[in-house]
Amino acid sequence: MSYIPNTDDDRHRMLEKIGADKIDDLFCAIPENLRLKNPLNLPKSLSEMELMREIEGIAARNRGNLTIFAGGGTYDHFIPTAVEVISSRPEFVTAYTPYQAEVSQGTLQVIYEFQSHICRLTGMDVANASMYDGASAAAEAAMLSAAKTGRSKILISDTVSPLFRNVIRTYLSGQKIEIVELSQHEGTTDFDLLKKRIDGDTAGIILAQPNFFGMIEDVERGGEIAHASGAHLILAIDPIAAAVLKSPAECGADIVIGEGQPLGIPLNFGGSLLGFFAVKKELIRLLPGRLAARTDDDKGNTGFVLTLQTREQHIRREKATSNICTNQALSATMATIYLSLMGKQGLKRVALLSMDKAHRAADMIFANNKYRPYFKGAFIREFVVKTPVPARELIDRAIRQNSVLPGINLGRFYHDMDDALLVAFTEKRTDDEINALARVLNEI
Amino acid sequence: MNIPAGLKYTREHEWVKVDGKTVTVGITDYAQGELGDIVFVELPKPGAELKVGGAFGTIEAVKAVSDIFSPVTGKVLEANTALEDDPMVINRDPYGEGWMIKAEMANDSELNNLLSPEDYKNLIG
Repeated sequence: MSYIPNTDDDRHRMLEKIGADKIDDLFCAIPENLRLKNPLNLPKSLSEMELMREIEGIAARNRGNLTIFAGGGTYDHFIPTAVEVISSRPEFVTAYTPYQAEVSQGTLQVIYEFQSHICRLTGMDVANASMYDGASAAAEAAMLSAAKTGRSKILISDTVSPLFRNVIRTYLSGQKIEIVELSQHEGTTDFDLLKKRIDGDTAGIILAQPNFFGMIEDVERGGEIAHASGAHLILAIDPIAAAVLKSPAECGADIVIGEGQPLGIPLNFGGSLLGFFAVKKELIRLLPGRLAARTDDDKGNTGFVLTLQTREQHIRREKATSNICTNQALSATMATIYLSLMGKQGLKRVALLSMDKAHRAADMIFANNKYRPYFKGAFIREFVVKTPVPARELIDRAIRQNSVLPGINLGRFYHDMDDALLVAFTEKRTDDEINALARVLNEI
Repeated sequence: MNIPAGLKYTREHEWVKVDGKTVTVGITDYAQGELGDIVFVELPKPGAELKVGGAFGTIEAVKAVSDIFSPVTGKVLEANTALEDDPMVINRDPYGEGWMIKAEMANDSELNNLLSPEDYKNLIG
């Protein structure tokens, strides 16, 4: 059947009304040689049943049910069923922008709760309604820092996710901001190099805790170096690890960003994700994106509104820090439900279990001398293994032969690290799965 | 509409009080009324350079933001920091407690381009 609602007769009447002979006349402004002359090269249409068979056939060619030891910013955590059930209620699944507070109380309250959770997790004063993903949040943080300080240089340790750094470079091209990436030293930020490169024109430095290699960084030292030069410390965090680490606020962070996918959002082959963004109070007027607040109406009833909207582009135009005035509402809702169900203790438990499994696995993998730790130093739930064969090859074989995705090939992101495998753990990985991983690695 | 005599005005609705080489600048009663409740003011620091017609700060109401423009070229001597904690002073007393900056003029002749109270009254009709 055709799903196009207007009939030939309808079209004919519309054309007549506007004084055109045929549909093509409507495109006369487009030069002849640029117009599509033939129909699109598509196979003929299928019935719903045929279509289902076709698509299921394609899906069946995927190698499903891999045991996932890949992380690098997104992780295979357990998601309570309630997260999906509650977040898929039609009241939450809406594309409606909550600018009319009187018809958006539910949406606004969810955003407010999300912001409150992020503030508790980071120790910061205020968080926005969320951003597209951790990487775009990092880029927005760099822009905020430049806007606030009036300076134009951002230093980034290359222990920060390479995916974040790619997005920052893209996002800031065309802004008059210089991005300086600093080579790591033995798996963590090279603070001596940082000290050398920071100057009076540095707006902020970006560090990650834990860093992309899973290691603990001395971010407080980074904060001291930044603040001594009048620059901001921008910290990218793993929200699960945050449950057991000293809070970013206590470490001197001015801006905290991160990827919220581990908070109840499925991996979905890498998207859609959820960025979170929190700042100290003095940066609130430059905060990008939406911000929900609790207030009282003239009768004293509590209600929720979007606030400080003058920050945003629809009011401030070219003076706005950011041209974003949206958020990832559904993903933020899922994260809010997840955090509400887990609570402080539950989240800590997830972090500790992930950490415990990672350390036990490390002991097993490094028990014989075939594999060695790539870096020395403390890690949380993820670490780098030095592999005897190129990591890419090892991953390929483990997937094909054992249905195990053993980690990420760091050679994709760092030249001269083709023998580096980044392995991640969550509370979902069972003892049997960890034993199997060690066995698979040993057989290669 | 309060348009005090003895002050000069700009087309962007700032008032200017001249005292020798020093000028005091704020926004007019008409401007505060148009903006509504003022929630935030961003002012320059003492020592900042001013250019005639250039923005020296921003003023934010609940649903609008506007720049504040300098009536003269010169240097900021003082900014009214009391406005940071209570910007509504501008709504209550635009020509008094609601002043924004004091500045040292570099060029008196720029004052000739400013409006008299009558001119300003005609401007806002």
